[in-house]
Amino acid sequence: MKFTLSWLKDHLETDASLETIIDQLTAIGLEVEGVEDRAAALAPFRIARVLTADQHPNADRLRVLTVDPGDGSKVQVVCGAPNARAGLVGVFAAPGTHVPGTGVDLAVGSIRGVESHGMMLSEREMGLSDEHDGIVDLPQDAPVGTPYVAWADVGDPVVEIGVTPNRADCLGIRGIARDLAAAGLGTLKPLTVADFAVDGSAAPAVTIDAPDLCPAFGLRLIEGVANGASPEWMQRRLRSIGLRPINALVDVTNYLTYDVGRPLHVFDADKVSGDLVVRRGAGEEFEALDGRFYKVTDAMCVIADSNGVESLAGIMGGEASGSSEATTRVLVESALWEPINIARTGRTLGIHSDARHRFERGVDPAFMLPGLDYATAMILSMCGGKAGPVTVAGTVPDAKRTIAFPPAEVMRLSGLEVDEAKQAEVLDRLGFTVDTSASPWAVTTPSWRADVEGKADLVEEIVRIVGIDDVEPTPLVRTDPVAPKVLTTLQQRVATVRRALATQGMTEAVTWSFVSHEDAVAFGGGSQALRLANPIAEALSDMRPSLLAGLVRAVTRNVNRGHPDLALFEVGQVFAGDEPADQTTQAAGVRQGRNTAAGVGRHWDGDETADAFDAKADILAALTAIGGPADRCEITRDAPAYYHPGRSGTLRLGPNVLGHFGELHPAVLAGMDAPERLVAFELTLEKVPEPRRNATKKPNFSASDLMPVRRDFAFLVSEDIDARAITKAARGARKDLVSDVAVFDVYRGTGVPEGQKSVAVEATLQPSGKTLTDDDIEKVSADIIAAVAKATGATLRA
Amino acid sequence: MNAVISPDNLDEIEAGIEAQINAAGDEAALESVRVATLGKKGSLSEQMKTLGKMSPEERQVMGPALNGLKARVTEQIAARREALKAAALEAQLVAERIDVTLDPRQTGIGRGRIHPISQVWDELSAIFADLGFRIAEGPDIETDDFNFTKLNFPEGHPARDMHDTFFLPEREDGTRRLLRTHTSPVQIRTMLKDKPPIRIIAPGRTYRCDSDQTHTPMFHQVEGLVVDKESHVGHLKWVLTEFCRAFFEVEDASMRFRPSFFPFTEPSYEVDIRCRRSKDGIELGVGDDWLEILGSGMVHPNVLANCGLDPDVYQGFAWGMGIDRIAMLKYGMPDLRDLFEGDSRWLTHYGFAPLDRPSLAGGLSR
Repeated sequence: MKFTLSWLKDHLETDASLETIIDQLTAIGLEVEGVEDRAAALAPFRIARVLTADQHPNADRLRVLTVDPGDGSKVQVVCGAPNARAGLVGVFAAPGTHVPGTGVDLAVGSIRGVESHGMMLSEREMGLSDEHDGIVDLPQDAPVGTPYVAWADVGDPVVEIGVTPNRADCLGIRGIARDLAAAGLGTLKPLTVADFAVDGSAAPAVTIDAPDLCPAFGLRLIEGVANGASPEWMQRRLRSIGLRPINALVDVTNYLTYDVGRPLHVFDADKVSGDLVVRRGAGEEFEALDGRFYKVTDAMCVIADSNGVESLAGIMGGEASGSSEATTRVLVESALWEPINIARTGRTLGIHSDARHRFERGVDPAFMLPGLDYATAMILSMCGGKAGPVTVAGTVPDAKRTIAFPPAEVMRLSGLEVDEAKQAEVLDRLGFTVDTSASPWAVTTPSWRADVEGKADLVEEIVRIVGIDDVEPTPLVRTDPVAPKVLTTLQQRVATVRRALATQGMTEAVTWSFVSHEDAVAFGGGSQALRLANPIAEALSDMRPSLLAGLVRAVTRNVNRGHPDLALFEVGQVFAGDEPADQTTQAAGVRQGRNTAAGVGRHWDGDETADAFDAKADILAALTAIGGPADRCEITRDAPAYYHPGRSGTLRLGPNVLGHFGELHPAVLAGMDAPERLVAFELTLEKVPEPRRNATKKPNFSASDLMPVRRDFAFLVSEDIDARAITKAARGARKDLVSDVAVFDVYRGTGVPEGQKSVAVEATLQPSGKTLTDDDIEKVSADIIAAVAKATGATLRA
Repeated sequence: MNAVISPDNLDEIEAGIEAQINAAGDEAALESVRVATLGKKGSLSEQMKTLGKMSPEERQVMGPALNGLKARVTEQIAARREALKAAALEAQLVAERIDVTLDPRQTGIGRGRIHPISQVWDELSAIFADLGFRIAEGPDIETDDFNFTKLNFPEGHPARDMHDTFFLPEREDGTRRLLRTHTSPVQIRTMLKDKPPIRIIAPGRTYRCDSDQTHTPMFHQVEGLVVDKESHVGHLKWVLTEFCRAFFEVEDASMRFRPSFFPFTEPSYEVDIRCRRSKDGIELGVGDDWLEILGSGMVHPNVLANCGLDPDVYQGFAWGMGIDRIAMLKYGMPDLRDLFEGDSRWLTHYGFAPLDRPSLAGGLSR
């Protein structure tokens, strides 16, 4: 919302400075977004006369001017404007000045070999309008040498404020003035509408066929108007706030839209045929004033005559019945429209008009008819004519409401002590009617404040006007004597697992929660229920079933940028359905190239490309970090289909699947144009059981005094036997003695038959009662060999 | 060698043994000398055995002489052994030289990185834990009721439109879920579940149909909520001031509260922090410009009522801000979109070391 200082002062009697006004606006919730003080920006530019204008010797479109800037000198200026001619009086910018419209600091320059000492300005170059067809062409009697800004009176500062959607009343300058007056910056001037005679003909009849979309509609015919340019002061103000003057009739409607927040529409009465009807659209094509065609559906409200749709209600008038300089009979419309419908229609059709902006936020209903009179008086004074009586259809609703308001509410909600008289005074200045004799007070809202619904709104009004800065910060007192557990177990795990994976040398990424449909399908998702109805891009259409899709895409982008050795992880939400319980938290990682926990890139002492065991190490590190029982987990060979079937595993704890790890399936990777071999893991944090014991109660510590004994065994087994089968059988051979069994070598080649492998394990024997004798050791060794042979068909390697 | 020792040749014999000791080039050779002289059958040991057969007079002369010789030889051998050991160690040390400029195997600690958003998340947890808040969370896929209706968004509010909000397909019952547009539904879930006093912050992912230089369709927000029977705007001011001072690590966290409008708070305030803008970026806590960082207000009576709390009894405040935004401000990251690109160079540059876990005890950002 833009306005100029002089315009504001039409409504506000004040001697406050611009700076004070700006500070106060922001303090009361009308945030100043910009101030354009043109007087300062335009100060250096003076009115000057072009003495001679000759063709530039080296350029067809340029002229070389001699300019008299009024100080007795003659200045040579190269100019490209088509209207540059001898005798023209325009605006001159000397070298060293800053041209606001282009942001250029002028210097003496040479243009195609001819020196230029400044320039003659267009309106756009001065930031006054978009006009750039030529340089400013002033009347011959404009005083050469005088500062242009003083002569043209264009120095009125322009202020732009942000108006929150609840404050429709401040989309009119009068509303802004009222707020400033309430805040003590002056007094609100009465709104005076010049008297006029109502002696003209009546407007056509109006029927409202859609009363839910149009509560009331006022219309007046003014005959015998002489439409033309509006007065210079009005054009200047409109231009100052970025509007283009069109003709007096249109300018009056635009002017009042900003002046009092009352949008109006004018029809050329001679182009309107028969009576008017306010109804829903019927699928017609309609040409609006912006020259574009719109299809009006039955969800939209239109004003129609016997020719068809003449106006898109509350949003934009029609081209066919618009006013022009030839208009002599004009119909002025002032109506009320249902805000939600206006918003929806405007959005559907993509029209952003000043009228829509106000109607969708709600205009002051009580001002519908006064606004029509205000417009009538202005039109009569500018264009003459005879005003007819007002035709009114529907009824203007009473927008006032009375709120029971205990003044103590201000202290309760804001913590600010405001005495009752002050509260009543503020409300009164804002236009509320306060009955302080009632208990609680009865506060009646003004018709322009539909946003004020209850006590809390009144507290806001009082506090913002008195000053939010007066509210003292008040320490919050602790309610819990002992610090509560701040994080849930899951939140704690998320924080910990991130740090654990980073210590594995992985880098955390944050990728989109949505992936392409193809990627969702590839990673086990893609269900209809999780496809967005309105995705912003095809690549961001489905809620992700796994973090891996996003990570693989990120890894691929990095590889394509020439960074092949990567380890990325993410901890975040994945979706199996649209219920809250379907959302779980995964930790997942991807490694590519020479990037393992032991290093990145090539190493002089030998290097390794990340393989499935690096992914397994990562998942176990993550699991262990959050207290998961890694030693009780089983590994099975049934990872999802997006993993390599022979080089992947599933981590299980009893019936629960905790996660997966391994190489990703080559076909999946090929489908994503990803590197050929990526290893990955996924761990579902919710599936990891919460620790059963209280962390402060550990079991008693016990350690044997007896030395453990270690024995090595090399078993020959068939290739399809997993090492885990051997270690499990060996451990089970003598549970009281065998405390650990670990594989230390897997060998294939000379001495091992085809189709078999040699698996060497070290068994740790931990005696508890007495030291083991050689016989004891022989016996348990035989037990181990027998148990492994029975379980796996292994033989001891000779 | 096994010449009979007599007082006459004692010196000669000693000189011979000493020569052998000095000639021993290593410990093994020295050991041979020791065995040959002092061993069971060594020359000196053999001579010692002859003492018994000597006459007392003879023994009186030879006894001390032989014992003296034995002691000296023993000492010489020990000394020679020390010398040889030292020489051997010296030789070993000279031989055992490595190139210490070569790189060792790395551990992950030096390489891993924590994403700035996660770091800021942990910073938020540390600050608000100290202020007595709990961390609450809710699902990303929400109902219209929790995301809009219970938060007092009127029918027809533009945020409810498909231009602004991501929707999932219509379900069998005709309703449609949406991706939450803010973390405020967590307020609702918390108020419906817990009894006041309530003090939570709710960080999380949020979604809006927006994509340009400064907007991404997914972003992160943190919401705060306090509900009890006495908390007012003064407390709100205090909490936010304390937060900004702690988070941005500036002495002067001057803030400006501007009356504003949100459907779910009344009164509502936008909050600016003091800053200075220059070509090098934004510096907080100094200067005389203002930067908007969050929205806040007293929980709207309708919202309290929608959660079964009597607005004449209970009151409280809420605020919300963008985690991505405050992270960018604090750590000087210029482009929002980089946060979700997964560029390893960017992550390494702006990311945090694995064990750089923020705490109030250790300083949030060290």
